[in-house]
Parts: sequence; C-alpha cells; structure tokens
Amino acid sequence: MTTATTTTRRLTIAKAMSEALAQEMARDPSVLVMGEDIGKLGGVFGATQGLLDRFGPERVRDTPISETAFMGAAVGLAASGMRPVAELMFVDFFGVCMDAIYNLAAKQNYFSGGKVSCPMVIMTSVGGGYGDGGQHSQCLYATFAHLPGLKVVIPSNARDAKGLMLSAIRDDNPVVFMFHKALQGMGWLGTVQRSITDVPEADYTTPIGVAAVVREGTDVTLVGLGLTVHLALDAAAALAKTGVSAEVVDLRTVSPLDRATIRASAAKTGRLVVIDDDYMSFGVSAEVIATVCEHGGARLRSPPMRIAYPDIPVPFTPVMEHFVLPNAEKVVAAVQAMLEAAP
Amino acid sequence: MSTLESTAPSRATNRNQRLWMYATMVQSRHFEALVKVAYLEGKQPLFNMAKGPIPGEMHLSDGQEPCAVGVCAHLRPGDAVTATHRPHHIAIAKGVDLKAMAAEIFGKKAGLSGGRGGHMHLFDPAVNFACSGIVAQGLGPAVGSALAAKLRDASDIAVAFLGEGAANQGAFHEALNLAAVWQAPVVFVIEDNAYGISVAKRDCTAVESNAIRAAGYGMPGVHVPGNDADRILAAAGEAVARARAGGGPTLIEIETTRLEGHFMGDAEGYRPAGEVEALKARDPIPAYRARLLAEGFEAEALDRAAGAAIAEVDAAFVFARRADYPAPEEVFEHVFAGEGASQ
Repeated sequence: MTTATTTTRRLTIAKAMSEALAQEMARDPSVLVMGEDIGKLGGVFGATQGLLDRFGPERVRDTPISETAFMGAAVGLAASGMRPVAELMFVDFFGVCMDAIYNLAAKQNYFSGGKVSCPMVIMTSVGGGYGDGGQHSQCLYATFAHLPGLKVVIPSNARDAKGLMLSAIRDDNPVVFMFHKALQGMGWLGTVQRSITDVPEADYTTPIGVAAVVREGTDVTLVGLGLTVHLALDAAAALAKTGVSAEVVDLRTVSPLDRATIRASAAKTGRLVVIDDDYMSFGVSAEVIATVCEHGGARLRSPPMRIAYPDIPVPFTPVMEHFVLPNAEKVVAAVQAMLEAAP
Repeated sequence: MSTLESTAPSRATNRNQRLWMYATMVQSRHFEALVKVAYLEGKQPLFNMAKGPIPGEMHLSDGQEPCAVGVCAHLRPGDAVTATHRPHHIAIAKGVDLKAMAAEIFGKKAGLSGGRGGHMHLFDPAVNFACSGIVAQGLGPAVGSALAAKLRDASDIAVAFLGEGAANQGAFHEALNLAAVWQAPVVFVIEDNAYGISVAKRDCTAVESNAIRAAGYGMPGVHVPGNDADRILAAAGEAVARARAGGGPTLIEIETTRLEGHFMGDAEGYRPAGEVEALKARDPIPAYRARLLAEGFEAEALDRAAGAAIAEVDAAFVFARRADYPAPEEVFEHVFAGEGASQ
C-alpha cells in the first residue's frame, strides 16, 4: 500500500468513490464508466458525481435499462483493451444479467488460457434496514464470492473505498465493488458517521485481499464486513465497558479472503464471532469459521458463533426487518454468552 | 402486422364505464395524496428514507391514472395483471382491496402480505393482481398466466404493465416473442412516462415509439398519445377482445406523464425547467372531468361518484393507521409453502 502524505479531507464513501473514478479516468484513458443514472444524476447512490461534466458522454454513459447488454458489453470492452466500470444500482438486480458476469467475466481469463483477461469493475449497492423490501435490500456477498474468477470487495469507510476502487480498476480481473447503503453518505439514507473518514487527495491503493485489524483486543475476535464492521466496533466499545477486550477485523475483501489475518486474530483471542448481514447459510460467516477451524487451525476456547441475517427473504415492515438484522446488541449478547459458557 | 395509431374517437358510449374511470382516477390520486402525507411523517425536516410510518422507496403514480383505468375497465377479477414498482393506480383500478393494500404499505399485520411485501410487492389473488420491484419482471409471469388461462379453456386473459424503460430489457423482447409463438391471450401495456428514473426515453431508446417493436414479434402494436382515458379505453378494448377471442397478444404504448419524481425525495434535477409545471397544467383528471361535463354528465353525478371513491380511501387509511403491526417473530412464516415458522 502506498500511503499518501498529502492533504486529506473528510469524505463520504460516495465522494471517495467518485474521486477515485475521476482520478483514474484522468490517469488512464482506457477507463470508462457506464450504468443506469450514472451520468446526469451522478449515480443514485452518488458514486459517479461530477464525472459526466468532467469527462463527457463518450466516457460516462447513461445506459438503457438493459443490464444483460451493458454487462456483456463491459466484458467485450475489457477484452478489447478498455477498463470499464459498470454500475448496477442494486445488487438485487443482478439476476437480469448474471450470465455475463459468472459465465463470461469470471471465466474469460481461464478459458483463454490467460490470453484474454477481463479488467472490469462492477459497482453495486447492498444492504437493507430502511424498509425498501426484499428486492432492494439484499447483500449477496457470498453469491458473488462463491464464483471463481471474481474478486469481491466492500469498504467500511471512505479511505478504504477510494483505495479499493483504485485497486479494483487497475486489477486485471473482474472486481465486484459492493458499497453498503447505510455507509454511503447519501443524506436521504442516513449514514453511519464513522464511515466518513479522512481521505488523502493523492493517488493511493488499498490492496485487494488484505483485511484490516481495525481495533485490537485480546478476549474475542469480531469479524465483519462493510456495515457489520461498525456493528462490531459498537459492540467492542460496549464490551470494553464491561472489561471485555474485543478485536475487530474488517475483511475489506470477501474474495480472495485474507485467511491469514483471520487466523492470526482468532489464534490470539481464542474466540470468534462473525457478523454478516447477508443470508446466513452457505455464507461469508461460515467461510470465515471454516478458515479458522479447518486444517487443525487455531484452538478456540469456545465454539465460534455467527450473527447473520437468517435464511428468509427481507421483509418490508420495519418491525420484522429490524428483528432479524444483525445489530451491536446481538453481538454483545453473543460474546457475553460465549464468555459465560467458557470463561 | 402494422403499427396502428390509435384514432378511436374520444366519445366512448358506456356512461357507467366512464363514470367509473373518472371516479377511480380520483380515488387513485387521493390514495397517493394520503400516502404522501404519511410518507413525509417522520422525514422532516431531514429526509431519511428509513424513518416514519412508511419507510423505503415510494413511487407515486400521479399522472398515470388514465393508463390504469382505461385498461382495467375491460378486466374481470379472473384476468391476471402484473404491475411495476409504481403500482398503486393499477392495483386500485384492478380492484385490489383498499384497506389491505393501505395496511400493507404501512407494514401492518392486516396488510395484503402481513407487511412482508410493502408497496412494491402487492399481491391480491382475489383479483389476480401482483407487482414487483425490478424492471420488466412482470412480463414473463403475465405470459404464463395467459397460457394457463388458455390451457384451462377459460376466456381469462393477462395484462402486463411496464414502463417505457422496460422495453429495453431482454425480458421484454423475449416475453413478446414467446407470447406470440404461444398465441397467449396477453396484452402488454407500456406506460411511457418519458423517464426511467433520470434518463429520458429519447436518450436510451432506439425508436420513438415502442409500438413499432411489436412488428418484430408478429403482433399488433398500438400507440396511444395524449394520456387520454377514453382513447386508452378504446385501444385496450380492441386488444382485450382480441386476446379473449383467441387472437393472441397485443402491445400498446401509452404516452402518459409522471407528475412526481421517480420516488419521493427525488430532486428531479434532470428535468428541464418548467416541465413539471407544464405537465401539471395538463393533469389528466381535471381534463377528463371537463370533457365529461362538456358531454352532458352532471357535476353532481361526478361529485357523488368521486366523493364515494374518496371516502373509501379515507376509510382505508383510518383502518391502516389503526391496524396492529405484526409480531416480529412472524418474519419466519411463509418462506416455504405450507409451513409456518421456518427457523
């Protein structure tokens, strides 16, 4: 990671993504951005603000609502020397165009024996908690991470968002860049304030495949991604008041997973809780736990725990949705139960 | 087959039908007015989509009422309708239970789906109505419903409503071809409100009128200008009669207007200055009332019908606001058919 020492400003994730895109478009003429409402509107979630004015409609393309076509086109652009960044507003919408992603983008390099790579970025919003119903609230991290050939990243804060975006565009592989609506910094969605961070103006990258220990602790490891990093940090702060020292790991990249950092933290604390707002079964939380447990890995003092969204569609009504979403209180309760059972 | 410009006279003869159309348009507009009031509760002065008695996105149908009533005037409860993320006017015209629909939008237990669906996922099997949140999602299901009716030897038909943006989705083209190959009794109704969120139709659609695309699928295509309930009634009447008589599918594109933003809270910076004011000056409901009066309808009769329609909406909102929320634990019910709790 190159660390910039120049000016920093506090930015939202949306602004940080927009800045990264603008800087890379200025640096690399092969980068172009396309998607629905990404031009004039600057992206429904603000990830492409100012790009149309600065780079014009040749490189900043509002597409028809034709995901099958423009995701396929992105694969073709990537195979032809360009570096397309395609936004699909909500991760829930990917059913429309999944073939181009999991059968073309993800496999192009392999099928061609490394001769035709697929350097493209797919940006999409994830997450619920604001009553938008079950076709606008999913996360689906594991759905994408399950597919070989795709890289999947999700920032928890603006500094990482910019660095991960620059890494994603420069990566020679398809990278799914997920951003959580609760962290995006769009006023109309509310925003976890901790996601708004100092961001260097200069060019820097946050490496793909490297997790971060964002709070050090000794009693339990809390692993999160995107929004759930903040739930873990809130829980860690609450636990500290009761004398429990929690370490928090921000995955930052779901695939490839930074297994070494997870294992090292679990080995250090001996306890593991994974917090994931995606569907629980067959998900990121299971993969993290398997990472620690398999191959005679770290000996945990307690069985590991998952706090994840249960295996049900996301309901509209807030009384149901908030009942099942992960939150800091659930994390605290899980840790306390773990410590009581095996001090 | 050729593309037809609908030239049906604006002098429909069925007095009761036209009175119903007027009253139903008024009812729909009043429904949206009460949704607006409730939606903004808890969202002022700071607009946060997660707050208030109705969270999430809210897509209002103001201006598009003529499409709903002109088509649904010909439909029976057994006819299937699939609608879009902007569904209220169509649901109301199809006869969806107003109390249960309002309660669903408030996330209450007495709602159509007990609060699980929300405003984009309204299901009322009593009148064969469903809607969903992703563009062009309802077309395939409408073809299926139509085929089911044909296989049952019923004279029921299906109608898929879609926006003009959906005509650029692969699902649109596939569904039209399939419907024509199967000679399914289905009518595809495009509500062309000129915008897919921020992107104008002219900037993302290769043809001026989607009606001409019907030629590619061997079915009649009808273009209905003017957002005029009577002309829509006439065009839909021919299409519905053709479908019921075994004559196969029809594509209708209606020029309509979106008087509100894509969703509530949309700043609409992408609209030319003065556009919304100009559209509101051509509001189809007062225009329709003026026509009916000019043709000899008595103001008292119109007021009586409209008043009754408004009173039903008022009662539905009183019911919805007073209704209880579901128990949070009910979130686990209905994931699979024939089961209660699934965890």
